[in-house]
Amino acid sequence: MIFPSTPSQTVGPYFAIGMPWPEGPHAVAPGTVGAVTIRGTVYDGAGVPIPDFLLETWQADPAGRFVDLWGHGGPSELAGFRGFARVGHEDGDGSFELLTVKPGALVLGSGAIAAPHIDVSLFARGLLHRCVTRFYFADEQAANAADPVLATVPPERRETLLARVAEGGYEIDIHLQGPHETVFFAL
Amino acid sequence: MTGVTGGDDVDGGPRRIYDPVADTPLSYVREGVGLHPPLDFAEYKSTRLRHPQRPLVYLPQGVTEVTGPVLGLLAPVSALDSDLTRQHAGEPIGERTIVFGRVFDTEGKPLRNTLVEVWQANACGRYRHRWDRFPAPLDPNFSGAGRAVTDEEGRYRFVTIKPGPYPWGNHYNAWRPAHIHFSLLGRAFAQRLVTQMYFPGDPLFRYDPIFNSIPDEAGRDRLISRFSIVETEPNWALAYEFDIYLRGPGATPFEEAL
Ligand SMILES: [Fe+3]
Repeated sequence: MIFPSTPSQTVGPYFAIGMPWPEGPHAVAPGTVGAVTIRGTVYDGAGVPIPDFLLETWQADPAGRFVDLWGHGGPSELAGFRGFARVGHEDGDGSFELLTVKPGALVLGSGAIAAPHIDVSLFARGLLHRCVTRFYFADEQAANAADPVLATVPPERRETLLARVAEGGYEIDIHLQGPHETVFFAL
Repeated sequence: MTGVTGGDDVDGGPRRIYDPVADTPLSYVREGVGLHPPLDFAEYKSTRLRHPQRPLVYLPQGVTEVTGPVLGLLAPVSALDSDLTRQHAGEPIGERTIVFGRVFDTEGKPLRNTLVEVWQANACGRYRHRWDRFPAPLDPNFSGAGRAVTDEEGRYRFVTIKPGPYPWGNHYNAWRPAHIHFSLLGRAFAQRLVTQMYFPGDPLFRYDPIFNSIPDEAGRDRLISRFSIVETEPNWALAYEFDIYLRGPGATPFEEAL
């Protein structure tokens, strides 16, 4: 018997009373060697920063390993690595900041190599379902050129998925609409 | 065979429950159009500037999508976190309510040890949030947020106060039906879900664009909890049951080979 999934609903404007927690934005313990920040701003279709959103990330460590309970591959040996971060703002300036490490490349089931990437879920008032995107890294040109997912993204839109090198780490904005609309994925 | 057997011995043999390793899917079913609400839904005005307008790009599932965070590395969850009536010195005002259910995947397998987070308005329909300007009383004894972890059978249980309906600015005389926000991590990035639980018989259902953004009636019904006389505690609290189904394994592991 197959049951239908429970449908999604918006996170609404008041998620901040329950969802964020103080260490949420830390996918690694502060002080981890090689830790970087990833900063950006989330914009709506009018080009205005969205003051209320919840952003979550999930990723491998630099060796390409996860801290997954369920036994996929060898577990991460990076002390303090969570692989998961959650940033929630109720009336911010549209910006987010995560502390993490750049993930390693991953060997896929097909034998292809996935370029370093971070999976991202974006929730907000006005989003009836999460928007899924990825952060890739602009300084991984060779790996990005060989990535099987990036290869399916129209070339003129790939840039929306690339985090640029910036002070202390990387920078990437998310545009829900408009000429710079971020590539979102159907998962 | 750790993790393979457990629970009650109902048929004279051990009942098989979820094995965290052997039962880990290598892919998850893809959810078709029409199951979840569309991102562009004009009746809900906030979607207007926030829904992506370009087509979504098909994402083959790889290891990043079929793995998910380990609970113990996130915020710790204590027993008190699931009782929203005991988070302050006094008791909150309103209908004491038990909300319980199980978390399954779409094959009906219970998801154990997964995080369930809730947040809600108080009995008067007011959130403890600085953006909420509804002139209804705040309750000094109610914060409105809780978290729980499912047990070996996928069960969770909250004790709370039944939330009130509340007005919002979407259109003239707009009111949200009483609801509790739910967030589920599942076991994989692919299973992540945020939704809302409603109460049976709410007269506001037909007027609410968020509830009605779900395309089919059967889908909307899945968000309406059921009153349970069995779990209702005499002289104490009414109980409502709300089961949640997260997408299950894809038909062919590694079919997508990514
Ligand atoms: Fe709400």
